[in-house]
Amino acid sequence: MSVKILGKSAAFYDTYERRPGSNQEQTHYCPGCGHGILHKLIAEALLDYGVAENSVFISPVGCSVFAYYYFNAGNIQAAHGRAPAVATGVKRALPESIVISYQGDGDLAAIGGNEILHAANRGEAMTVFFVNNAIYGMTGGQMAPTTLIGQKTTTTPYGRTLQNEGYPIRMAEIISNLESPVYVERVMMADTRSINAARKAVRKGIKNQIEKKGFSFIEVLSTCPTGWKMSAPQSQEWIKTTLSENFPLGVYKDVADQVEPLNLEQNLATPARVPKLLGLDQDNMSFDDSEMKLAANIDQEIKISGFGGQGVLSLGIWLSEIGMRENLEVSWIPSYGPEMRGGTANCHVKLSNRSIGSPLVTHPTILVAMNRPSLEKFEEDVVEGGAIIWDSTLIDVEPARKDIVNIPVPATQIAKEIGNTRISNVVLLGVLSGFSDFLDPMVVQRVLPLIFKKKHLLEINLKAFQKGLELGKEINN
Amino acid sequence: MAKQFVKGNEAVVKGAILAGCRAYYGYPITPASEIAHAAAQYMPLVGGTFLQAESEIAAINMVYGAAGTGIRAMTASSGPGFSLKQEGMSYLAGAELPCVVVDIMRGGPGLGNIAPEQGDYHQVVKGGGHGNYKNIVLAPNSAQEMCDLTILAFDLADKYRNPAVVLADGFIGQMMEPVDFPEPVTDFAEKTWAVRGVDRDRKNLISSIELDPDDLERHNQKLQQKYAIIENAETRFEEYRVEDAEYVVVGYGIVSRMVHTAIDQLRDEGVKVGMLRPITLSPFPRKRLAELASLKLVKAFSVIELSNGQMVDDVRLAVNGEKPVEFYGRMGGNVPSIKELVHEIKRMMRVL
Repeated sequence: MSVKILGKSAAFYDTYERRPGSNQEQTHYCPGCGHGILHKLIAEALLDYGVAENSVFISPVGCSVFAYYYFNAGNIQAAHGRAPAVATGVKRALPESIVISYQGDGDLAAIGGNEILHAANRGEAMTVFFVNNAIYGMTGGQMAPTTLIGQKTTTTPYGRTLQNEGYPIRMAEIISNLESPVYVERVMMADTRSINAARKAVRKGIKNQIEKKGFSFIEVLSTCPTGWKMSAPQSQEWIKTTLSENFPLGVYKDVADQVEPLNLEQNLATPARVPKLLGLDQDNMSFDDSEMKLAANIDQEIKISGFGGQGVLSLGIWLSEIGMRENLEVSWIPSYGPEMRGGTANCHVKLSNRSIGSPLVTHPTILVAMNRPSLEKFEEDVVEGGAIIWDSTLIDVEPARKDIVNIPVPATQIAKEIGNTRISNVVLLGVLSGFSDFLDPMVVQRVLPLIFKKKHLLEINLKAFQKGLELGKEINN
Repeated sequence: MAKQFVKGNEAVVKGAILAGCRAYYGYPITPASEIAHAAAQYMPLVGGTFLQAESEIAAINMVYGAAGTGIRAMTASSGPGFSLKQEGMSYLAGAELPCVVVDIMRGGPGLGNIAPEQGDYHQVVKGGGHGNYKNIVLAPNSAQEMCDLTILAFDLADKYRNPAVVLADGFIGQMMEPVDFPEPVTDFAEKTWAVRGVDRDRKNLISSIELDPDDLERHNQKLQQKYAIIENAETRFEEYRVEDAEYVVVGYGIVSRMVHTAIDQLRDEGVKVGMLRPITLSPFPRKRLAELASLKLVKAFSVIELSNGQMVDDVRLAVNGEKPVEFYGRMGGNVPSIKELVHEIKRMMRVL
C-alpha cells in the first residue's frame, strides 16, 4: 500500500514541463511539506477510479498555486479564495467532469470564506480539499485564520491573541452544519497511519463526485516545516500533539449513502429552437399604412402620471405597442431615479414618424394626469396648444392653463360602472384614441387581445375602451 | 423574427441567448436587475444555467470558470457591483478568457443613487483592475443595440479571447423600444484552448500567473499586440451631420440620443454642428477624431457626458491640441434637457 502512495501516479505528468528551471522531476514544495503527499493521494485516486482525463483541477493562490505543474488533468488557476466559485462555473458547464477545488487555509477560510460557504450551501457536486497548516506558507509565514492562539507568525510576532485576532476558525465544523454537504471529514498527515486514513478520505471525496452525490469537503491538517520553523519530524509531531488537539479529527458528516444521485443532465437547446423558447416566433401583427387612419405627421410626446397601482406604466407601454403596430417609431421610459418619489409613478412615451432622439419627455404634447399631484406637477410643462387629459373622478381641481385643450374624463367613475376601477387606464386609452389622430381604434382593438389574453379580462377592457373611445370622439367633435 | 417592444435590459438577455450564451451568473443591483430577471426566466428554458451568486465577486469568478470550459458565459451589474468584479476582470483578461459583462451605470461614487450616470467610463474603459490590460467596451444607445452589441460582444470576445463589456447607462437599460431580433448565431469557432474535462484538453491550462519576468513581459507584449489588432479591426463609431460640421460634439449612450435632437435644433438655427458617437469606447475611435481635428473646417470639439469628464480625456488625447476640446457634464443622475444642451453647445462653441 505505502509503495503505491509513494510511487508516481500516471495522473501526474512524467516531467513537470511547466515548472521553470532545470529541475522538472521534483515538485517545488519544501522538504517535509504536506502538499506533495496530498497531491499524490489525489492523483492516485483519480487514476484508480479512471477519471484523471475527465478531471478539472482548480489551483488556488498559495503554495499549491502551481498544482498545475503536476496534475495531468484540465487545469484552471483561480484568484485568491475564488476557487469554489470558479469550480461552480466549471462544474455547471461540465457536469460529467470531476472538479476539484484545492485550497489552503488563507484561501478558503479567510479571503474566500464567502465562496466556500455558498458553494457548500448550494451543494455543488464538487470535491474540496482544504489544506490546513495554520499558516500562510507562500507569502512568508503570516497568520492564517487557523493559526493557533499563541502561535508566532510573521504577522503575530508575539503570538496570536484572543483579543486581537480571535479564535482559530474550524471549517469542517462549520461546513458540516450546512444541510447540503454530503461528506465532511478532517484528517491529518502526520505518520503512515494517519496518511492512510487521509487516503481513504480523499478517495471517498472523489468517489462521491463520480457517483454524483454532491458536495464533499476534506480538511487535511498538513505540515509546513518552513513556516513553522521546524524540522520535518518535528512538524509531524506538532500536528499530532498540538494542531489535531485544536482541530479534532473525524467524520463530521457523511450522508453520501443516504442521498440519491443528483440529476446533472444538461438539455441545451439548439440554436434553431431558441427563437420559439424566447417567444420570438409569436404573432408579428402589423398593418399597411393604407389600412389605417392616421395623421400624416405624428410627433407626440406623452407623459402619463399617477399613483403606483393605477396602471400608469402599463398605459404607456400599450400606447407604445400600438404605435409600433402602426409602424411608428416609439419609445417608453418609466419614472426612474430622482423623479421617483412618494409612491407616484410616471412614464414618458414618444410616438413619431421620425427617429426618436432622447426618450425623455420634458414638454409633453399630451399629459395624462391620473391624480392631483400629477396634474399640479406637470401642468406647466405641457406645450402651448397641447392637451391635458385628467381623471375628474379623482382630481378636484381644474387645470389653470387656458392655452391647452382641457379634457376632463371621469375615468375611475366609468371604470367603476363597468365593474373594476383598475381599468380606468383603458378608459383613458379609449379617450386618447377617439380624440387623437395617432391611435387608430381599429389597430387598438386588434392589439388589445394580444395584451389581455384571458377572455373575461378582454371583454371588460374592450368595454372600457369603447366607452372611452365614444367620449374621445365627442370631444373631437 | 418578431419585432418586440422590450426593455433594453431584456434585449441584452434575448440577444445573449441568441448568441449562444448558456450561462448567466449574477447578483441583483438596480438599475441592472431586469437583466438577471430575464436571464432567470429564459436560461432554464434553453437548458442553460442561471445562478444568483452570493456576491459580485463570486459571480465574475463563476463566469471565469464557465468561460474556461469554452462556453459563452456572462454577468451583469451596475457601478458598485462592477467595482467588486474588477479583480475578476483582471484575471479574465490575464488568462485571455472570452466573456461578456454588462454594466448599467448608475450615480456614484459610493452607494450614490440608481439614476443614470456615465461615471464608470474610467473603471471600465481604462481597465480598472490591476495590470496592463484592456477590455473591449461597446456602448449601445438603444434597446436594439442592447441586443445587437451584446451579440457582437460575444463574437469579439471569442475572436480575440478577451472580456468584452457592454457599457450602458440606466436609461438605455430601463427604456423600452421595438427590437428586431436577429436569427440565432449558429457558427461558433472551435476553442482549442478550453478545459473541458476530456482527454484532448489535458494539456490545456487556464492561468494568469507567469513567475518569470521575461515570460510575463512577453505575455504582456502579446496582449498589447492583440489590443493593437483589435483597434485596427474593430473600432466602431457613428457620425451624424459631420460632413459639413464646423463643430463636432462627442457623446455616447443616452447622451448621443439627446445630442442628436439638439443638433437638429441647432442646425435649424444655422449652426453647423455634427456628432461623433463612439460605439466602441475601447478601442476608442481616436484615429477618426484625429482626422476630424486635422480638417480646416472643424473649429472645435465638445464632449458631453453624464460624468465629471472621463471620455473627454480620450478625446483630448486624440485631438492632441489641434483644436479646442470643451466639456459639459451632468452628474448625480441628472440628465440635461435638450434646451440646456442647445444652450451649452452654443456656449462651448462660443457662438452665442
